[in-house]
Amino acid sequence: MTIAARLLSRLAPHAGGYIADARIRPIEYLPWVVAIIIYVAAPEYLPLGSYILILMLFALSLDLILGYGGIITLGHTAYFGIGAYSAGILAKFVTAEPFTGLVVAAVCAGVFGLITGAVILRTTGLTLLMLTLAITSICYEVANKANDWTGGADGLSGITMNPVFGQFRFDMFGNTAYLYSLVFLILGWWIVRRIVYSPFGASLAGIRENPVRMHAIGAPVYGRLVVVYTISAMIAGVAGALLTHTTQFVGLKVLGFELSGDLVVMLILGGVGRLYGAIVGPLIYLVAQDLLAKQYPEYWYFWIGALLVVIVLFARGGLLGIVDALRARFEKARGR
Amino acid sequence: MTPVLETRALCKSFGALTVADTIDFHLGAGARHALIGPNGAGKTTFVNMLTGRIPPSSGSIMLGGADITAASQSERVKRGLGRTFQINTLFRNLTVVDNVALSVAERTDVGGGLFGVASKQKAVVAESMDLLGSLGLADDARATVIGLPYGKQRLVEIAIALGLKPKVLLLDEPAAGVPSLESHRILEVIAALPSDIAVLIIEHDMDLVFRFAKRITVLAQGAVLMEGTPAEIRTDLRVRQVYLGEDHV
Ligand SMILES: Nc1ncnc2c1ncn2[C@@H]1O[C@H](COP(=O)(O)OP(=O)(O)OP(=O)(O)O)[C@@H](O)[C@H]1O
Ligand SMILES: [Mg+2]
Repeated sequence: MTIAARLLSRLAPHAGGYIADARIRPIEYLPWVVAIIIYVAAPEYLPLGSYILILMLFALSLDLILGYGGIITLGHTAYFGIGAYSAGILAKFVTAEPFTGLVVAAVCAGVFGLITGAVILRTTGLTLLMLTLAITSICYEVANKANDWTGGADGLSGITMNPVFGQFRFDMFGNTAYLYSLVFLILGWWIVRRIVYSPFGASLAGIRENPVRMHAIGAPVYGRLVVVYTISAMIAGVAGALLTHTTQFVGLKVLGFELSGDLVVMLILGGVGRLYGAIVGPLIYLVAQDLLAKQYPEYWYFWIGALLVVIVLFARGGLLGIVDALRARFEKARGR
Repeated sequence: MTPVLETRALCKSFGALTVADTIDFHLGAGARHALIGPNGAGKTTFVNMLTGRIPPSSGSIMLGGADITAASQSERVKRGLGRTFQINTLFRNLTVVDNVALSVAERTDVGGGLFGVASKQKAVVAESMDLLGSLGLADDARATVIGLPYGKQRLVEIAIALGLKPKVLLLDEPAAGVPSLESHRILEVIAALPSDIAVLIIEHDMDLVFRFAKRITVLAQGAVLMEGTPAEIRTDLRVRQVYLGEDHV
């Protein structure tokens, strides 16, 4: 029992805050070790694996605004999609050098995040939620209609990326794609983690907890939200570009509500505002989708839905929240 | 003596309801001033206008000689205005020390820091711990606010405001809802506030008001009924009618 308690105490702490120890704990390397083991041991899963890694990065960007900033959005695919399309269009018409693509995607998504954020973050609650939906549907329609640039409903194909560093081609087995996605996921994780443990990150948690009080202690609430929204949009844009680069294709799905909704579900499943909820959620969700969809093609969404209902009703902190609760119970049982 | 905080003909209406009716008010440096009045008199609304949470319908507000009527909440805080809330307005799921650290960080301009602020961050934590220590909350620093007993939450409410090192402190019923057995802690804290801070306290407990305040303003239906020393207020007939007559035993 003590071993279990000790193990649990290292998992799933609420990340961030002024007194939290910001040094990276050994357990935090676990996801990356597992990712590398999968690379070596299960090469047949690399294409799915790349997609999961990309969605982890996307979920991290959502956790930053939803879990920390308390910004409720169902339209985060706008930035993912803009990243994906800008990377695709750049690669097809200008240069197929991957790193340039990532930078351009980050800039495009970031600028769009800044502009839209500046407008919508003046509102809160349901109005804000509606505006995020509106922005995403506008983007979807624009991408749908701008056939010459985006390929419209058929998607943007005919992209051939240059090899990474001129060396590593994006092969059909997904070797390069997987490692490429993993590297940028780790980079994104490191940046988000730094933000979460910074005073800026703590102030975001303050805004989430009580915007009225944040105003009353003189914090520039609106400015902070616009900044984090922009950062989040940039990360989402990079995730979108990674998808373009690794699949050499962009479909309208990258701007769809289905993906935004799925993303929120994944994050809630993993645990909101915990950093690693964004790692656990997409992993469980997408692996379950893969397994269940093979077994019960019609019903798998039912099981995801059922799981979500259970989580929302009984474990508000998501799967990591359950780990947290177990930890608390073990600590109590060990008691003083 | 020039007042640190002053309002001139401050008015506020919600539709047809007048909640502040031409309020002329001033607070001198180091003042110990109480604002009293029956429920719904407009006391909280007055404080909300002072801090910029709601805009007045007309009139002006001066802080430290500057007109702040149109200033943002954060500008007013920067100029030394701090407040507490009648209803707990805390960062409920954060630790006690984080609650205070957030306000200390805003005052010291660390609050928006992203990178390379580790040493400043340490200073913020140290100052927050000192403040909590002085309020007798050191042992609760790492506890989550929602887990604290209500009386201690009321102290955190004050601690957050003190983290701003305000020149003018507005206390909206600091002991509201606290059982009288525990409220002495809060009263001690208020009594021990540095003498250079100008304090405006809203309070229903008359014993406390008469003990603490050097001056008292009585508000009724949004208008100043009278202002004076505790002795003057105590003996005033109108005050007894609208206020003490109803609430005081
Ligand atoms: N946002 C609002 N919209 C409409 N009416 C309001 C609003 N805020 C307050 N009021 C009304 O204004 C009046 C004054 O309210 P306020 O909270 O300022 O009173 P108070 O003196 O603080 O009372 P209490 O002693 O109960 O705290 C009340 O009648 C209240 O219902
Ligand atoms: Mg009130």
